[in-house]
Amino acid sequence: MIESYGNINPVLAVLIHALIPLTIILVYALVAIWGERKVAGFIQDRLGPHRVGGWHGWAQSIADLLKLIQKEDIVPKDASRFLFKFAPFMMFAASYAAFAVLPFSSWYIGSMIDIGVFYLIAITSVLTLSVIMAGWASNNKWSLLGGMRSAAQLVSYEVPTIATVLTVIVVSGSLNLMTVTELQSGNDILGFLPNWFIFQNPFLIIAFGIFFISILVESHRVPFDLPESESELVAGYQTEYSGMRWAMFMLAEYADMLLLSLLGVTLFFGGWNSPFGSFMSGPAWGFFWFLLKGFLLVFVMMWIRWTLPRYRVDQLMHICWGILIPATFINLILVALWEVVF
Amino acid sequence: MTTVIREGWTTLKSIFTGMGVTIRHFFKPAVTELYPEEKVELPKGARAKLYVNIDDCIGCNLCARACPVNCIDIETVLATSDVDLGKTSTGNPKRFWLTQFDIDMAKCMYCDLCTFPCPTDCIYMVPEYEYSEFDRTNLIYHFSDLTPEKVDEVKEKAEKEAEEKKKERERKMKEKKAKAKDKAKSKPKPKSKQPDNKEDEES
Repeated sequence: MIESYGNINPVLAVLIHALIPLTIILVYALVAIWGERKVAGFIQDRLGPHRVGGWHGWAQSIADLLKLIQKEDIVPKDASRFLFKFAPFMMFAASYAAFAVLPFSSWYIGSMIDIGVFYLIAITSVLTLSVIMAGWASNNKWSLLGGMRSAAQLVSYEVPTIATVLTVIVVSGSLNLMTVTELQSGNDILGFLPNWFIFQNPFLIIAFGIFFISILVESHRVPFDLPESESELVAGYQTEYSGMRWAMFMLAEYADMLLLSLLGVTLFFGGWNSPFGSFMSGPAWGFFWFLLKGFLLVFVMMWIRWTLPRYRVDQLMHICWGILIPATFINLILVALWEVVF
Repeated sequence: MTTVIREGWTTLKSIFTGMGVTIRHFFKPAVTELYPEEKVELPKGARAKLYVNIDDCIGCNLCARACPVNCIDIETVLATSDVDLGKTSTGNPKRFWLTQFDIDMAKCMYCDLCTFPCPTDCIYMVPEYEYSEFDRTNLIYHFSDLTPEKVDEVKEKAEKEAEEKKKERERKMKEKKAKAKDKAKSKPKPKSKQPDNKEDEES
């Protein structure tokens, strides 16, 4: 909260506030890309990257980044030059901007606005726009197909995502994510369970299931990675990108994964609250718990990636419109009834 | 409605079953061998590289003849009577200097056929597989332990002895012939002995 800095130069305060999530995203992306490869390796009884940097190849991502920086920046001749170059940055900017409303700890939130969730959902739909932009500007059939698929699936899955977020808002009565988190403090349920929304209401467990499926779709993760499905579309909207611009896409994708996981943590798993009540709680522990829960969700996403095969486009649409949307709205009504009765 | 619920339940169950399988593999130790640091012990009888224990070789040339691709090149020189090359570890007397024993591993097809005929078991496969070369000629392995000077000396000696032996043989032959002629002159042989003499002359 900028006000709490008092007499510090406001520009400096804004910079500090902007740099904290950026640092987290950049470090996380390096670790997560290495982690994803390790998880893939372990699940397939391999070792994963094992050479760079000594202990279990921890420096692999850094080496990859250095390689990508050195690469030539190639723009296809017939591509729409400006849009092609601009798309990756817009994509990253969209997922980075959404971090502003996430309460990382009880004393740190980028921007304390009362319509936090609304802002987050609005800004992440820019992601779709940048994916279509990349797909269209590349002037490549695979890119275009990937972009179109992405548009289709993101537009459809916004509905269940927003509806499940709405179920939580029905319970919390606030769009401010800090308030939502504060409502989940304490350990009162059955005497020992933390006051997290997932434990407060049985229908919110179903809501979380639907929310998790939707965020898998929104962050283009297997089994819903149709926009970039390697075996069908080469790399989807990323096909024509190389070097740092491609790295920006990867960064944005991993940032998006973290963002949506953290949103899920805030809405269902108590945000920065410690699972042990007042034990190990505090502003610094808040950072720890918030990121730990987020990383656990990210790990589950990786785990699913190396377990399930990809859905077909029509199956994806059927799951969304035929099952998830009706289920979410029925669930929303049930949650509301539960709130009225208890 | 019921089918949707039933199908949804089967889907969920199979997803969680699959995730259970993957998480079990996640905690299993990896099967990877970190190759340059850890090396797998080759199985018994692995055919990786030919080796010749030159001390045991008697120069019989059986391996070279067994080779289907002619990758073994042996040159032997008969030892002169003044040297004793000793015996192999299996007790066979050695009679030849091995002036050349080359195996071209670039040609070798790893059939292992050369190892069986060897009477002293001195040619065999060793479990060594890291011998790639940039130049193909480096894959020709020279097993002869004689220096070029020694080879020349041995060859010279052997030639001399061969010459002497040839002369000796010729001399003996002449003597024999002379004797035979003498005999034939001194007393006429019975008719039955005639063909024998003729054969001698021819040889």
